[in-house]
Amino acid sequence: MLQIQDISVSYGKRGALALKNISLEMKPGEILGVVGESGSGKSTLLRAVLGCLPGEGYVSQGDILFEGNSLLTCSGEEWRRLRGREISIIFQDSGAMINPIRRIGSQFVEYILTHEHMSRREAWNRGAKMLEGMGLPQGERMMRSYPFQLSGGMRQRVGIAMAMTFQPKLLLADEPTSALDVSTQAQIVRQMLKLRESYGTGILVVTHNLGVAAYMADRILVMRQGQVVEAGSREEILGNPKEAYTKELLASVPAMGGERFV
Amino acid sequence: MCRPWEVSGLSDRGELVLEARHVTKIYPISGNRTLTANRDVSLKMYRGRTLGLVGESGCGKSTFMRMAVSLEAPTEGEILFHGRDVSHFKGEELRQHRQNIQMIFQDPGEAFHPRMRVMDIICEPLLNFKRIQRQEREAVARKYLELVELPGEFAWRYPHSMSGGQRQRVGIARALTLEPEILICDEATSALDVSVQKNIIQLLVRLQRERQLAIGFICHDVALVQSLAHELAVMYLGSIVEVLPGERAAAGALHPYTRALMGAVFHLKMDFDKPVQCIEGEVPSPVDTPPGCPFQNRCRMCREICRRERPALRTVGEGHQVACHLFGGGE
Repeated sequence: MLQIQDISVSYGKRGALALKNISLEMKPGEILGVVGESGSGKSTLLRAVLGCLPGEGYVSQGDILFEGNSLLTCSGEEWRRLRGREISIIFQDSGAMINPIRRIGSQFVEYILTHEHMSRREAWNRGAKMLEGMGLPQGERMMRSYPFQLSGGMRQRVGIAMAMTFQPKLLLADEPTSALDVSTQAQIVRQMLKLRESYGTGILVVTHNLGVAAYMADRILVMRQGQVVEAGSREEILGNPKEAYTKELLASVPAMGGERFV
Repeated sequence: MCRPWEVSGLSDRGELVLEARHVTKIYPISGNRTLTANRDVSLKMYRGRTLGLVGESGCGKSTFMRMAVSLEAPTEGEILFHGRDVSHFKGEELRQHRQNIQMIFQDPGEAFHPRMRVMDIICEPLLNFKRIQRQEREAVARKYLELVELPGEFAWRYPHSMSGGQRQRVGIARALTLEPEILICDEATSALDVSVQKNIIQLLVRLQRERQLAIGFICHDVALVQSLAHELAVMYLGSIVEVLPGERAAAGALHPYTRALMGAVFHLKMDFDKPVQCIEGEVPSPVDTPPGCPFQNRCRMCREICRRERPALRTVGEGHQVACHLFGGGE
């Protein structure tokens, strides 16, 4: 479904490469976890796929194919068709993506109407139904709420509900649980796994939390300084890491009843 | 109110440095309502030991630590530093007292003035209390940089030219210059990568051993806290629901909330086929809390008494207290 062929990304004409020769492949319905520390280029990778690199970022070599078609040569019109319908994204804090002075419903309806012709009433009902499907009780009430009236976990559910409205084939998740508390994090992870069960969505999840990546992903890609350190199935990476960096990273994850420092 | 286990606990725990006794913090909010950020919190900090305070965002753990460092005065209760109530100190007395308790913040990038050099950052507390002369700055800064395992040349740098981990080390160096007895770390490692986080923890533990520091470590990551805390306190909606020794946290936690919190941690040795446990629902609002147990609406073992009566902290083992009707003779 998604093929990234040997891409490099740099910011500005003479800027250093943020990504160097990255290749990966995703099958439909697969969950791929990209892990790495800050500055490893994992978010740049996601943004390159969605064609929204910030600032002067651009793909300097290689190609990104989605269902066989290159994403790098897409026109604005083509992107409008892809984004939201075929590929969508959830961010670390969906609250920051939503306009704080407009109600959830008004933005949700606008989003739906951008992509599909229907009446406002139908769009509203569809939004409310999506919210309820994401485990937010009283979808109607949610639609009438302002973002600040919701907790971080609820806002993240709103973000996922919006991203999943058109049942995209590929969901990009940029640190979807990093801003949340552990108990809410578990809820959101469960919710995302349910998406694959019910819609067959392929998920490319970028996170610094190895535990989350290990729990969700079928395959894991470890990145460092813009390069792939190691890639393999979850079992390979966790059970039999080959690179020293992967081992170090795995050893640093705190576990209940694990290593004690005192 | 002195119980036998408390007396026996004193000898092997060392000297009591800070004690919070029945501390309650209530904020007035609009519409004549009140927000209870902390309710009847009693905790102790000992010389050379770490008190870990864990809980979800908004549970009041930062409010508690702000009262511990006298940034905020409790509405009720007292905070004793070596037996003296410091909660209502003012003016010069408070200023002098601040030397005893220092703090490390979550994001050292925002805690520092961006246009101050590292040596000015580190030496500012010393200059404030006139412990050194201005011309001694560089030498003193180098000494403290060495203590936190950074090269001495960093004294001339600015905060923006350092990584997050290096900045946090500078934060630790600055906090230690006044030789405090207590160090409060408010989510000190939450903004850092896991490998850096581990190094910072190792540094803190080393400094604690060398200087017999009492550390208060606030964190939302229960797996991390239990790895370095001697005592672990779990807070929920402003109340302490469980206090237990750090080394027994993984196996011996009793309170349904503590257990759920631990069950929700993603780690690498978990069973990936088993659905991860999670606590359903949301934390209730701390405004006008209903009677009964704070955890009642999310607890799977909630009974009738839990809705009626607020459970008190009861001792169930050595150094282990639980506030739950299920344990400690709640029948």
